[in-house]
Amino acid sequence: MPVIEVRNLNKRYDDIAAVADLSLEVARGSVCALLGGNGAGKTTTLSLLLGLLTPSSGRIHVLGEDMLAHRYRVLGRMNFSSPYVDLPQRLTVAENLSVYAHLYGVRRVRERIAALAAALEIGAYLRRPYGTLSAGQRTRVALAKALLNTPEVLLLDEPTASLDPDSADRIRGYLLDYQRETGATLLLASHNMPEVERVCDDVMMLRQGRLVDRGTPAQLLARYGRATLEDVFLDIARQPAGGD
Amino acid sequence: MAAAERHFSLRRVGAMVLRYLYLLRHSGPRVLEVFYWPAVQMVLWGFITQFFLTHSSWLAQASGVLLAAVLLWDVLFRGQLGVSLGFFEEMYSRNLGQLFVSPLRPYELICALLAISFLRTLVGVGVAALLAIPLYDFSIFTLGPSLLGFFANLLVMGWAIGLMVAALVLRYGLGAESLAWVAIFALAPVSGIYYPIAVLPAWLQPVAWALPSSHVFEGMRAVLIEQRVLTDHLLAAIGLNLFYIAVGSALFLYAFQVARRHGTLLHIGE
Repeated sequence: MPVIEVRNLNKRYDDIAAVADLSLEVARGSVCALLGGNGAGKTTTLSLLLGLLTPSSGRIHVLGEDMLAHRYRVLGRMNFSSPYVDLPQRLTVAENLSVYAHLYGVRRVRERIAALAAALEIGAYLRRPYGTLSAGQRTRVALAKALLNTPEVLLLDEPTASLDPDSADRIRGYLLDYQRETGATLLLASHNMPEVERVCDDVMMLRQGRLVDRGTPAQLLARYGRATLEDVFLDIARQPAGGD
Repeated sequence: MAAAERHFSLRRVGAMVLRYLYLLRHSGPRVLEVFYWPAVQMVLWGFITQFFLTHSSWLAQASGVLLAAVLLWDVLFRGQLGVSLGFFEEMYSRNLGQLFVSPLRPYELICALLAISFLRTLVGVGVAALLAIPLYDFSIFTLGPSLLGFFANLLVMGWAIGLMVAALVLRYGLGAESLAWVAIFALAPVSGIYYPIAVLPAWLQPVAWALPSSHVFEGMRAVLIEQRVLTDHLLAAIGLNLFYIAVGSALFLYAFQVARRHGTLLHIGE
């Protein structure tokens, strides 16, 4: 049974279709990517999966639960990180993580925060107000927040945005280790093609809110006769409108 | 799945209360604000009262009537601000998207906002009330058990208005933020804080009687001047408050649903 199952999902804002007749399944334990240009519907899709946004029509099931009717049954087993949301600026990193740990019902909060701080290398600024951190440090803290409840489904919007190449590489490594250790399902929306090629075993290409292609990175490269996923991305992005 | 995941959770409400207490701990101006305005209002009106005592036989019957009115009015004002500003903090920090992908229910957030509002009001107005004793030889506690009824009714009315303001800001964005300051003062003239409702024009009096605050201040004057407890006014205030808090909560929850439809939970902020 797929961990995420979406059927005929639509989200319209007046005349604009942000997501159009989207159907997809994500297998348990997979690392999937939603790829697409600006306005392709990646963040909207993640928001719909999390229940932050209600669809115009369609069905969403996550971990076997209907997200439109029973999202609170599964929200505690999921988590999310995005550059579009933030954490309270005046609270220290430790206070922020503590508040969210309690919201998610995490047991042994201090130990969990300490473990994540060590793994994500944020221990040095646990006592600093979140608002004083650099963009890269904030990205790590947001990721720590997203991992507090050891989620079975982790949705990541631009997970390594603002990180330098070294930090981004470490975070990618950590996420893959986390996935292997816990069997969690990761779904990430990204513009970072090398990142997607390196960590994802399933890539979904979105364009104008529609799923236009899907496969492993190797399958997509072969199908389009390209050397990099970035070239595949450009081929799809530059197809004439309506030529999906 | 744990049963706790399906129902109201005090743990999650407590987590949000903790979040607001952390905020206070790190912000001197916010802590000062809790005490500052109630104390300043009380000092200002205390001196005005002392002046009028020598010029008004009505006031001379109950020297504390203005001071009691000021302190109780602040319960309403602080109660409302506690809810509205608490909610605005989440919008300022673009934290709503994080909160509502967690198991936190909207009604649990409401409970946390009410709890922190109660604490802030109790501390802020409490300090001002204690200051009034040595400064003006007036204790609001002379209102006796009625004080509890007055305090609770004004606090709940403040919560109701605070939730309505939060709902409007959730719906229309932080551009509607100034409503938090305007809303209460718009009701002040018809609440009979410093004068009986009978002073108002006849056509305006039904509007006044539709507000719990009018019944509270009428009851307060009766206790201080006539040493009478007006039970009918107290009951009217309770009934009206039940209605207004239900409306405030329903509006907030409706605004939340609309925000989910429009996608504003993720993007609302600056």
